[in-house]
Amino acid sequence: MLTFCLRRALMATLLVLGVASGALVLTRLAPGDGVGEGRLLDPVERAAERARLGLDRPLAEQYVRWLAGTVRLDFGESVLYSRPVSDMVGERALNTAILAVAALALATLLGIPLGIYTGTHPSGAGAAVVRGASTFLLSLPPLVGSLVLLLVATRTGWLASGGMTSVGGAATWVAWVRDVLAHLPVPALALALPLGATLERLQSQALAEAVREPFVHATRARGVPARQVLARHAWPASLGPVLAVYGVMIGSLFSGSFVVEVVTAWPGLGRLMFDALRARDLYLVAGTAAAGAACLAAGTLAADLVHARLDPRVRERRRP
Amino acid sequence: MTRRATVLLVVLAGLALVGPWLAPYDAGRAFRGFVHAPPMIPRPSRGLGVYPLVLEDRVAQRFVEDRTRTLGLPWREQEEPVFLLGADRDGRDVLSRTLSGARLSIGVGLVSVLGATLLGSLLGAWAASRGGWWDEAVMRSADFLLVLPVIYVVLVLRAMLPLVLAPSSVFALMAVIFTAVGWPFVARGVRALVAREREREYVLAARSLGAGPWRILWRHLLPACAGHVTVQASLLLPAFILAEATLSYVGLGFPDPLPSWGRMLADAGNVNNLAHFPWTLVPAGAIFLVTFATNAALQARGEDRIRFPEQEVASS
Repeated sequence: MLTFCLRRALMATLLVLGVASGALVLTRLAPGDGVGEGRLLDPVERAAERARLGLDRPLAEQYVRWLAGTVRLDFGESVLYSRPVSDMVGERALNTAILAVAALALATLLGIPLGIYTGTHPSGAGAAVVRGASTFLLSLPPLVGSLVLLLVATRTGWLASGGMTSVGGAATWVAWVRDVLAHLPVPALALALPLGATLERLQSQALAEAVREPFVHATRARGVPARQVLARHAWPASLGPVLAVYGVMIGSLFSGSFVVEVVTAWPGLGRLMFDALRARDLYLVAGTAAAGAACLAAGTLAADLVHARLDPRVRERRRP
Repeated sequence: MTRRATVLLVVLAGLALVGPWLAPYDAGRAFRGFVHAPPMIPRPSRGLGVYPLVLEDRVAQRFVEDRTRTLGLPWREQEEPVFLLGADRDGRDVLSRTLSGARLSIGVGLVSVLGATLLGSLLGAWAASRGGWWDEAVMRSADFLLVLPVIYVVLVLRAMLPLVLAPSSVFALMAVIFTAVGWPFVARGVRALVAREREREYVLAARSLGAGPWRILWRHLLPACAGHVTVQASLLLPAFILAEATLSYVGLGFPDPLPSWGRMLADAGNVNNLAHFPWTLVPAGAIFLVTFATNAALQARGEDRIRFPEQEVASS
């Protein structure tokens, strides 16, 4: 278990470093450098600003400097906003994490119980309804879903639409939390619905297969009540494919969250990285990429650890 | 399942081809005085005719139906335009734009799917037959790309190039980028299949009959992967269409007068527009339909397949 963790931690570090370096180098190769965006600078000021940010150095030297800073957790300064990258990335990463965790929790709470229901009652009318809804929602990518939900929110006024907080801000902590909670449903649902549908389908198939296993029949034959067989034996045995998909889902959660952040104006990491990319804000791009990769690695690792804890076969298998 | 996926790909390709011809009006044609005109509904009682719209309030962009007259369907030559799915912010017909946009949106997807399957099959087969260090290098890079959220890779690659480009360059660039991120989904499965199949007796038989490695690959090993490749191709198509929509939505895709689905959604996505002119969301419906058709085609009777391409690869 220890080597498993160490190997995964090493992989995660390599992933973060690789992604951030790749983003930095690719952005550097792009035309433009973002200096003077939004304010007028004369050539001398421009050159001074470029020198201060190290943008006038050759790529290799700049990269080594950035790497040396990164090791000391100094990610440089944003060209666009003139603020330390680590500050900005931190607050935005928190916003994205709120959204992602809410979506994942919603998807789990919707998908798993419904999947258990349809898996155990495959021929009922209720199961047919759930299955139909899942097939529908599976085809609702976050871009389409968030636009539709936004439409519903603006037409009916049931849900707050756009942004993460109301204009003007909140006076107290409690008010802020309530404000965020009011704005959360549209983006979180847009992300959660297709994922929840995936979980429902997977859980349903896995459980339908598990209840046909001989050991389930054997347990029933020993006189264990059906409910208990389901909760203690069949359901845990069906969890393998469901847990395995969580690791994959973290990636699509990230991809989806970018779109949702843009459509619903949620001030998250994806939105920040996009703005930084457009403005060629080198260090901010690298910083957001590093933060994104770190979250991705942490999420995948968490999913794998839970999976490995429940299924010993996973521990030995080589994973990408 | 493979057959249905093939049929689906052919149907969508046909749609991309004939879409613009089916459009009643030119996609770029702006009708003055019909900005944000609502959809006109064909009335069965009037022989499927529609009531013409009269602008009632220019500021609020409110229209009323003139119930004394009827107009025919928009494909017929007539004095006034007919908007079956409404008009957009420039008074352009949403139906025409969505149909014409099929060529751009599905077209980019299909070209990229072609590129990704070709590159993926070749690299996968090559890695499997070459083995050793090359195999390791190809599959490691495939794994690396598979771990990353696709849309971010696409964004970084796209943002590397000048932000404003000519439409034809945008098309080519998107196809190249999507190919670059899509090939691992194909390559992983092809590599596994080729590595398994080349140990089979029929390959040994071919080899003992004197067939060269390329002939074995082309005539025996790649056909064995056809099913997997078709399924992957039809999984990648909606993903690429969505990627195009996302890029165009955020302004890094096709520029304005072009009717790509993402470009149209970018106009619709504004909260004010959305509440008052929901018919501009029609392209979102088109994206949904393509995705839904793919899911339906890949769902074999009795068992449902889940959409994650990674899972597909793992299970094949």
